[in-house]
Amino acid sequence: MRKLIAGLVMGTALATAPMMAQAETPKNALVMAFSIDDIITLDPAQIFEFSGAEYAGNTYDRLIGFDNEDVSKIHGVLAESWEVSEDGKTFTFKIRDGIEFASGNDLTAEDAAFSLQRVILLDQSPAFILGQFGFTAENVKDKIYAADESTLVMEVDQPYAPSFVLYCLTAGVGAVVDKEEVLAHEVDGDLGHEWLKTNYAGSGPFKLNKWTAGESLSLTANEDYWDGAPEMKRVIIRSVKESAAQQLLLEKGDIDIARNLEADQLASIADNDDIKLLSKGKGALWYLGLSQKNEYLSNPKVREALKYLVDYKGISETILAGRSQIHQAFLPEGFLGAYNENPYSLNIEKAKSLLAEAGYPDGFSVTMDTRNTTSIMAMAQSIQATWAQVGINLEIIPGDGKQTLTKYRARQHDIYIGRWGPDYQDPHTNASTFAWNPDNSDDASAKPLAWRNSWDAGDLTAKTDAATLERDDTKRAEMYVDLQKQVLENGPFVIMFQETEIASMRGNVNNFVLGPSFDNNYYRYVTKD
Amino acid sequence: MSAVTRNNRNGRKRARFTSGPTGTVLRLVFSLAITFFGLLLVTFLIGRVLPIDPVLAAVGDRAPQEVYDRVREEMGLNLPLWQQFFIYISNVLQGNFGQSVLTANPVLEDIKRVFPATLELATLATIIGVSLGIPAGVFAAVHKGKWPDHLVRIIGLAGYSMPIFWLGLMGLLIFYMKLDWVAGPGRLDSFYLDFIEPTTGLMLVDTLIEGDTDLFWNAVSHIILPASILAYFSLAYIARMTRSFMLEQLSQEYILTARVKGISETRIIWRHALGNVMVPLVTVIALSYANLLEGSVLTEIIFAWPGLGLYITNSLLNADMNAVLGGTVVVGAVFIGVNMLSDVLYRLLDPRARR
Repeated sequence: MRKLIAGLVMGTALATAPMMAQAETPKNALVMAFSIDDIITLDPAQIFEFSGAEYAGNTYDRLIGFDNEDVSKIHGVLAESWEVSEDGKTFTFKIRDGIEFASGNDLTAEDAAFSLQRVILLDQSPAFILGQFGFTAENVKDKIYAADESTLVMEVDQPYAPSFVLYCLTAGVGAVVDKEEVLAHEVDGDLGHEWLKTNYAGSGPFKLNKWTAGESLSLTANEDYWDGAPEMKRVIIRSVKESAAQQLLLEKGDIDIARNLEADQLASIADNDDIKLLSKGKGALWYLGLSQKNEYLSNPKVREALKYLVDYKGISETILAGRSQIHQAFLPEGFLGAYNENPYSLNIEKAKSLLAEAGYPDGFSVTMDTRNTTSIMAMAQSIQATWAQVGINLEIIPGDGKQTLTKYRARQHDIYIGRWGPDYQDPHTNASTFAWNPDNSDDASAKPLAWRNSWDAGDLTAKTDAATLERDDTKRAEMYVDLQKQVLENGPFVIMFQETEIASMRGNVNNFVLGPSFDNNYYRYVTKD
Repeated sequence: MSAVTRNNRNGRKRARFTSGPTGTVLRLVFSLAITFFGLLLVTFLIGRVLPIDPVLAAVGDRAPQEVYDRVREEMGLNLPLWQQFFIYISNVLQGNFGQSVLTANPVLEDIKRVFPATLELATLATIIGVSLGIPAGVFAAVHKGKWPDHLVRIIGLAGYSMPIFWLGLMGLLIFYMKLDWVAGPGRLDSFYLDFIEPTTGLMLVDTLIEGDTDLFWNAVSHIILPASILAYFSLAYIARMTRSFMLEQLSQEYILTARVKGISETRIIWRHALGNVMVPLVTVIALSYANLLEGSVLTEIIFAWPGLGLYITNSLLNADMNAVLGGTVVVGAVFIGVNMLSDVLYRLLDPRARR
């Protein structure tokens, strides 16, 4: 008996002895832990998720791009140059010579035209980013075409602000796919969609090696990349959901970068000299949506009072700890026309008098649908405690992400605490959801955030549309500032924070790039000491 | 799942009274079909009353309304419920479990990928749990009321009451971070992931097939910690059951007779008493194994282990119903399979059951 147990213990010890974990990743490979289970497709015409966008940003080239530090600077990528016609309705792009896809096929204007047409024809979630310029399945082949091998022409239906059109082309739907390769895998006229969901046909600095859903995504360097081959020959992204596990992997040196550390983990690695942090303001906003179907919340004085009833500073410093900055207007800092003043701060007395004016000196009861993750729950609890001081009884209804969202989208909430990320880099993306609501009825055909909160945006809808047609960028920016001020004052949104993304990495990793959106997080410049 | 077990047991009892093997097989097939149908129906209904919109998983939150409406129609969600179920069942009968929205793969392919990960973990955990749990239980029974008994009880209680989430993280902190005895989360070191093509999907087997001992030891160093932690739980259960079964046997008269005959104490305990205990123990072990095969979600999350539990949970939270239903069928099949296996073992071990 004793021998048996001793034998088993020894056996286990021996079995574990010869496999000391290696403490360093290879010099020419980048290994990352990242929660990538939001990826549901690898087709750039369908990708609309954060980690999917990052994949496409590193594997596909677009016609144009913007400077990560100053997004007003738009530069050519596959397009060498471009022109906008006098009437503002025709965009002509000159495609760079000598670029090849990973397949070895030449990249021509024909591929670019096909890729943009394909987005409209497939009509997946992000298709509206191009579709809003008047392209439909019927007309797109006449409106977007290759005039010759190296000239792409795009005809929009109205004289839009050129910056609006160009910013939309920098989004994921602007990725150029290999027409020949994609069509070789076409099934039942699907333009190769089923195939491209799990395969690759691009020209970017990295190409897909293997995607195993829920487990890992690995990329290989494109040695012939026209703008210089990456130093990292391989990038391996491992899906690690649990942030504490990410921290251990990073501290141990089994990975180079951990992407999803939470506040307490960031605090505990702060004094580790082997680890450094990189942070970048992202476009996502944290906000409260106040349903105007609720009798209390539809009172303008109550809305104003609630904007004074958030401990902006406390939440930002302790709960979100470095992962956000206070921001109250609907355009994130960095966007054209962003209004960066934050007029509201925690002010209990002011809120009390506003509530008294509204006729609720003793407060009222409301519910808030809250996603049950650590930081969102903590934010909700902070707000609950603050509101209790003025007699507002806030009941937190916890739920899973998709569950709270389902309720929100069906307009069945009182208050929803949420996060909104812009779809592309132009101000219209957020204006068209926070300040635009053409039809406030239950069966409306467009359902922006203003609609979800049952808010009739009044003349702001028309003003938002007008701003897309203002061709002078300075005037255009002013129009957005005006829209933001009005939403700040009257809107059913308590916008609180702009998100900051933090990547925690080993000290020997250099030049990892975080951009304003996940599309522009780049691996191609990374070097390792 | 206990309903399935019960069904199956009843089936067995009834089967014993029918004559001839054909009747037994027919009854078995019939009861299996009913069980699976019920399983699918209940899961399907639960999936449809979940307050989660399945279209969201497919198009995301920011898709325009037209795309949302079109996809909703494509997914057949605008049809009446009975019709949706009918379509689903007829597809399943043709061997088509549909496609997962989340992974863009056919559900069967997904399950072929995730199930071996869970199978490997559960099997190893059960082996460890059995090989430590039975001796511990015997040990406790023989020394009833003395310190070995108390020790086993404390270990068992701790194993039962400690949250696996905490235990997993502590395990990683101590054995991976501090002591460096085992590897971290995942089934292999990250940069090995690309080098292995799944043949069986069982990492320990695949690496041996490829003849790569480095990879094999790497896989071992990754699985040993999560398997030990899961094993701790089944160990606690198995030890407790072994102890009580053993106590019952040790108080029987045949043990006294054996002692009077002068048979050595070792032989009495390990041969006579344990031999009789093995019969009910098989059922206990089978149940605990079947439970592990469902996949332990928390363990899979902490150890970044892409197994069945994580797959089904994630699918459920996204209302990815094809994946949930496919996973449920697998879990059901596993339970039924393990039960049948334990029946067979039961017959082998207990001569009376063969009659």
